[in-house]
Amino acid sequence: MDGLGRYFIFLHSMLINRERFRTYVRQTLDECVTIGVQSIVIVTVVSVFMGAVMSIQLKYNLQSPLAGDFLVGFGVRNMTILELSPTVMAIVFAGRVGSNIAGQLGSMRISEQIDALEIMGINTTSYLVLPKILATLLTYPLLVIISAFLTMLSGLFAAEFVVNIAPDDYIHGLRYNFDPYSLNFAMYKSLAYAFLISSISAYRGFYISGGAVAVGKASTQAVTDSCIAILLADYVLTQLLLQPPLTV
Amino acid sequence: MIAFDNISKAFDGKVVLDSVSGRFEQGKVNLVIGTSGTGKSVLIKCIVGLVHPDKGSVTFDGRDFLGGGNNKKIIVRKEIGMLFQGGALFDSMSVEENVLFPLNITDMPEEQKRDRANFCLQRVGLANANKKMPSALSGGMKKRVGIARAIVNNSKYLFCDEPNSGLDPMTGLLIDELIQEITYEYKITTIVVTHDINTIVSLGDYIFFLHQGKKTWEGTSADIFDVEEPSLKEFLFSSKLMRMVKERV
Repeated sequence: MDGLGRYFIFLHSMLINRERFRTYVRQTLDECVTIGVQSIVIVTVVSVFMGAVMSIQLKYNLQSPLAGDFLVGFGVRNMTILELSPTVMAIVFAGRVGSNIAGQLGSMRISEQIDALEIMGINTTSYLVLPKILATLLTYPLLVIISAFLTMLSGLFAAEFVVNIAPDDYIHGLRYNFDPYSLNFAMYKSLAYAFLISSISAYRGFYISGGAVAVGKASTQAVTDSCIAILLADYVLTQLLLQPPLTV
Repeated sequence: MIAFDNISKAFDGKVVLDSVSGRFEQGKVNLVIGTSGTGKSVLIKCIVGLVHPDKGSVTFDGRDFLGGGNNKKIIVRKEIGMLFQGGALFDSMSVEENVLFPLNITDMPEEQKRDRANFCLQRVGLANANKKMPSALSGGMKKRVGIARAIVNNSKYLFCDEPNSGLDPMTGLLIDELIQEITYEYKITTIVVTHDINTIVSLGDYIFFLHQGKKTWEGTSADIFDVEEPSLKEFLFSSKLMRMVKERV
């Protein structure tokens, strides 16, 4: 509970005694590159394999003559938008970006760079952490959109070339009974995960004490805590936002 | 002048500072000396507010620092420059950007900022290192950049935490001389934390000796070697070189 209290104080301290607006614009754009643009490769790789595997597995599990091939596309779409692109990507993102944020802030703490900023009269949480959170909130939903597109696309290729499903059937499945609310749901989840990953990782890195070992521990802790928070948030958001459940 | 009264601090029940009081005069180099782990760095971190003391008060030229609100603290902090043990340079920025950094939060025109940064770099003898990254600098150069950054916004108070740790005696002496020159030239209140005998001999106008979290002696550098305080004598003559000098004298 003590840690949770400190986390909320940490979040609150970002919003008081802020620097000038233009300082945040530049910092946030820099962070967008580090956090968002540099994550595109890993998002692409994971999404492509995820889509292909899903297509093959769905076909393998839908062997009944009553189950049309279009259900592969339908299943890929629903799983991708509702769960896999926002949540699985968040786990991957926590591993890449969460550890980076915690490591960077931790290194700044042990090399007294954060103390140096404080001495200059700068609100260090606001100056260092707020741009990272804003950049994550801006870029993660975009990465989820890219991921969802690539997952469904790779699913199409796997369906056509590996399990011999006609592309028209797969595309028919993708479009079948589409509920646009599922996209909103994916975006809500993305924003929640982006906030959790960036703030938890920053909190872990910001308050370390010790040396290089502590930086390593903080990075590990940041990823572990972020993953737990993502899964908890996934359950809570699904429970809250998917009522009544989607029907075919 | 900086005044601090009854500063006490304990970490996990272990008392690190026990009711330490004193005054740092303007235009002088004030030394805080003592063996490792005696609370020197914690004392100056308490004074500048990086560590919150359990009790005690600090005033900067009569302005309450610890008791004042956040805004008052920020106003005082903008007048403080600090040289950290490792330099604490921002490693993603060049030397010039590091020195410019404290000015970027002021309303000074861009050209004036660059002139001021270049002047400070020149003052510390690093006129040609503007574009270098901190990773390409030697220990002594990092300290010089740290000093330039600390004085760039015309700081009234300069805190130096072990300014010549990790440096050879020659470079350490140059850093000490630089700190002394800057203090006298700009009439800064300078506080240097050190356990280096060379610095004590060459630098201090006024000295505070800390032993096991308490201030056990204070006085001028002229008096320090005549003091009978046992812990101070033990500290001063702990090095072989000092013992040899003492025996010869």
